Amino acid sequence: MTAQILHLARRSVIRTLRQPANWITPLVFPLALMAVNTGGLDAATNLPGFPSDSYLAFFLAFPFVQGALFATVNAGVDLARDIQTGFINRLALTPMQSGALLVGHLGGVIAMGFLQAVWYLAVGLAIGVRLESGILGGVVIFVLAVLIVLAFGTFGALAALRSGSTEAVHSLFPVFFVFLFISSMNLPRNLIETEWFRVAASLNPVSYLIEAIRSLVIEGWNAQALALGFGISLALAVVGLTLSALSLRSRMART
Amino acid sequence: MKGAIEVRGLVREFKGGIKAVSGIDLDVPAGQIYGFLGPNGAGKSTTVHMLTTLLPPTAGSARVGGFDIVKEGPAVRRTIGAALQEAALDPLLTGREHLKLQLALHGVRRTERGGRTDELLERVGLRLAADRKIGGYSGGMKRRLDLALALAHRPRILFLDEPTTGLDPQSRSALWDEVVRLKRDEGVTVFLTTQYLEEADVLADRVGIIDHGRIVAEGTPASLKAEIGRPTVEAMPGEGTTQRELEGILARFGELQPSTSGIAVRLDGQGGLTEVVRALDAAQANVAALHLHSPTLDDVFLAKTGRSLEGSEEPAEPEA
Amino acid sequence: MRTLTVARAVGWRMLHNNFTTPSLLIPGLAFPLFFFIAFAGGLSRVNDVPGFDFPAGYTAFQFVFVLLQSAAFAGVFTGFGIVRDFETGFARRLMLAAPNRVGILLGYALGAIGRWALTAFILTVVALLAGMEVGGSGVDIFALYALAVLVNFVGLLWSAGVAMRLRTLQAAPLMQLPIFLALFFAPVFVPVELLADWLETIARLNPVTLLLEAGRSLIAGAPERVGIAFTAVFALIAGFFLWAVRGLRKAEAAGG
Repeated sequence: MTAQILHLARRSVIRTLRQPANWITPLVFPLALMAVNTGGLDAATNLPGFPSDSYLAFFLAFPFVQGALFATVNAGVDLARDIQTGFINRLALTPMQSGALLVGHLGGVIAMGFLQAVWYLAVGLAIGVRLESGILGGVVIFVLAVLIVLAFGTFGALAALRSGSTEAVHSLFPVFFVFLFISSMNLPRNLIETEWFRVAASLNPVSYLIEAIRSLVIEGWNAQALALGFGISLALAVVGLTLSALSLRSRMART
Repeated sequence: MKGAIEVRGLVREFKGGIKAVSGIDLDVPAGQIYGFLGPNGAGKSTTVHMLTTLLPPTAGSARVGGFDIVKEGPAVRRTIGAALQEAALDPLLTGREHLKLQLALHGVRRTERGGRTDELLERVGLRLAADRKIGGYSGGMKRRLDLALALAHRPRILFLDEPTTGLDPQSRSALWDEVVRLKRDEGVTVFLTTQYLEEADVLADRVGIIDHGRIVAEGTPASLKAEIGRPTVEAMPGEGTTQRELEGILARFGELQPSTSGIAVRLDGQGGLTEVVRALDAAQANVAALHLHSPTLDDVFLAKTGRSLEGSEEPAEPEA
Repeated sequence: MRTLTVARAVGWRMLHNNFTTPSLLIPGLAFPLFFFIAFAGGLSRVNDVPGFDFPAGYTAFQFVFVLLQSAAFAGVFTGFGIVRDFETGFARRLMLAAPNRVGILLGYALGAIGRWALTAFILTVVALLAGMEVGGSGVDIFALYALAVLVNFVGLLWSAGVAMRLRTLQAAPLMQLPIFLALFFAPVFVPVELLADWLETIARLNPVTLLLEAGRSLIAGAPERVGIAFTAVFALIAGFFLWAVRGLRKAEAAGG
C-alpha cells in the first residue's frame, strides 16, 4: 500500500507542477497580500497592547494558512476532476486499496504545503523577520503548517468525494476565505473592537491556527497557543479524514 | 468450454426505483467476442460497471473469470481489463506516465515497467506520442491509450464499453483490428458494448441485444438475422397514393412491419420484389421510393422491440 | 438614436444574464459585502492609531474604499461577460447585427452600471445599519456615488479593451490583477500618511489614492481635492475609452 500511496502522491504533485497557476498563485498571492497588509497596517503596531513592534512579523502566520487553503482547493479540484472524468474508475479497477487514493491525494497536498511553508519562511527571514522561538521554532512551524494543510486538505477531499464536481470544490474557496478573514489575522483578538467580530473570531478555529504560528514568530514558546493550534488542526484532520473515508467508501462502491 | 462470463438474473435498481438492468442472463465462453448491443440508456454501461465490480448489483449473481463479482471483487479485477465509456485519462500526464502508473498500481516491478510500457505503446501505435501530454491527443489516440491501459496487466477478459463512439472511420477500423488480434493471438475474451450494428456484426461471435434493461435477443449475428428470415420490402407513397392504399397492396405479400417512413412488409414467400412491383403497377399506385432490405441486426432489433435501433435513444442511464 | 437602441439591447441582455444566473450575481454582491464586514468590523480599532483622524469614523472610511472597489470590479466582471460572448460566438452575431458598434460598448457599460447599482444599494443599507456616520450633504453624497459610477466605467473600459483584444477567458487574471493592485496599493486601511514608507511612496503616485481621499472627504462632509479627483477619473475614462474602442476595432478586424 505504501508504494501505491507514493505513486498517487507523486502524480498529485506532478499535476500541480504542470498547472503553473496552481503553484504560482499560492507562492505569490499570500505574500502579495502580506505586503499590502503590512504596508497598510504597519501603524497598527502603535496601538496600545499590540504584541509586536513589527507588523510583518505579526502577519507572517497569514501566508501559511492562506497557502494551505490554496493547496487544498487546487488538490480538491483535481480529485473532483478525477471523479468527473471517470479516472477514479480506472484506479478502482486496479488492485489499489481505496485508502491509498485518499492518503496519496493528501500526500500530494502535504508535499505542496511543505514546499510553500519553506518558501514563506525563507521570504519572511530574508526580509528581516526573526523567530523568537529560534531554529527549533522554525521546525515546529513546518510541522504545524503540514498539519494545517492536512486538516484543510481532508475537507477539500471531502467536498470532492461528496460532490464529484470541480465547481462545488471551487465554491469552497469563498467559504474558507470567510473563515480566514473573520479571524485574528489582522489584529490580535483583544484588540478587535467590534464585539460580534471578536466573538466570531474567537469561535473561528482558524484564529487559533494563525495564533499558534504567530506565537512562535513573535513570542517564543507559548504552550497554550501551541496546544490550541496543534489540538485544533489535529481534531479537524481527524474529523475530515473520517468523513472523507466514509465518502470514499460510497464513491468507490466496488465490490 | 468454461464460461468466461456467467450472469444469472442480474438486476440493478437506482434510487427512485429506476431499474437500469432488470434481470439479465448471459453466458460468454472463453476466447469469444461478445457484442452487447443496444441504444443509449438501455443498460449496457450499468451491466459493464457491475461485471467489472465497480457497481454492486441489487440482485442476481455473476461470475467473471470464474470469480463471483460480489464476493471476489479483487480476484475479478486481477483477471479483467476495462476501457470504460469515458476515456478516463488525466490531461496533464503523458501517455507513458499513464502506463507506468497503471503498471505500478498493478504491482508490476519497476524493472519490468519500462519494457512493458514500450511494448504497449508500440502495439497501439503511440510510440511517437508517448511523451506528450494527453491534453493534446486526438479522440482516436485517447481510445488507443485507453486500450493499452486496459491491457497493461495482461488480462484474460477485456471489457470495452462503446470503444468506438465518436471515432473517425480509420480509428474505428484500427481498433477493430486490434480487438480481433487480441482474440485470435492471445485468446482474450472480449465483452464489447456498442450502439453500432455494424460493429457488432463485424466483430462479435455472439450478440446480445438489450433494451429497457432486458435482453430481448441473443445468438450469433447470423442466427439472429436468420430468425428474422426473409427480406423486407419498404415502399414510400408518391403523389396521389395514400399509405392505406400501399398497405392494402403490400399486405398480400407478407406480414406488415413497423416502418418510420413508409409501409414495410416482410416477404413470406408468396412472391419476391418482382411480384410486388407488378402488383403496385397493376394497382396504378404511385411510389416515391422502394427498398429491398436483407435482414440486418437493426431488423432484429426492430422485430424484437418495435423500434429501430438508430435514433431510439432512451433516457440516460443513471450514474453508475 | 440607433446607437442608443443597440446600447439598450446589449445592456438589457447583460443585466438579464446577471440577474438570472446566481453564479454571476452572487459573487458580485457577496464579495464587497464581505470585504466591508471584514475590514470595517475587524479593523475598527485602527481608529485609535495615533495620527488617524478621519472625522466620520472607521466604518465610513472603509465604506468609501469598498464602494469604489465594488464599482471597479462590477466593470471588470462585465468584461468577463464580454469574453464569454466572444467565446460563444455571440459577439460575432452582435457585431453583424449592430450598425453602430460603439453602441455595443455603451450597452456593456449600461450593463456594468446596472450590475453595480444593486451592489451599491445593498452595501449602503448594510453600512447604515452598521452605524456608519455620514457627515456630507446630499450634494456631497451624490458626488461620491457619481465618482463611483465613473470608476465603474474605468473598470469596464479597461477590461473591455483586454477582452476584445484577447477574446478568451484565460485573460481574466489580466483584467483583474492591475485593478486589484491599483486598489490595494493605495491607502486602504489607514490614511496615506500612516502607510509604511515604501507603500506611501507608491500610493502617492497611484491615482486611486486621489479618488479614495476625495470620496472619503465627501462622506465626511469636508470636500477636498474633489475637482482634481473628477478630472483624474475623466482622464482615465478618456484614455481607457480609446483603449476599449481600439480593442473593438481589433476584434472587428479579427472577425469577432
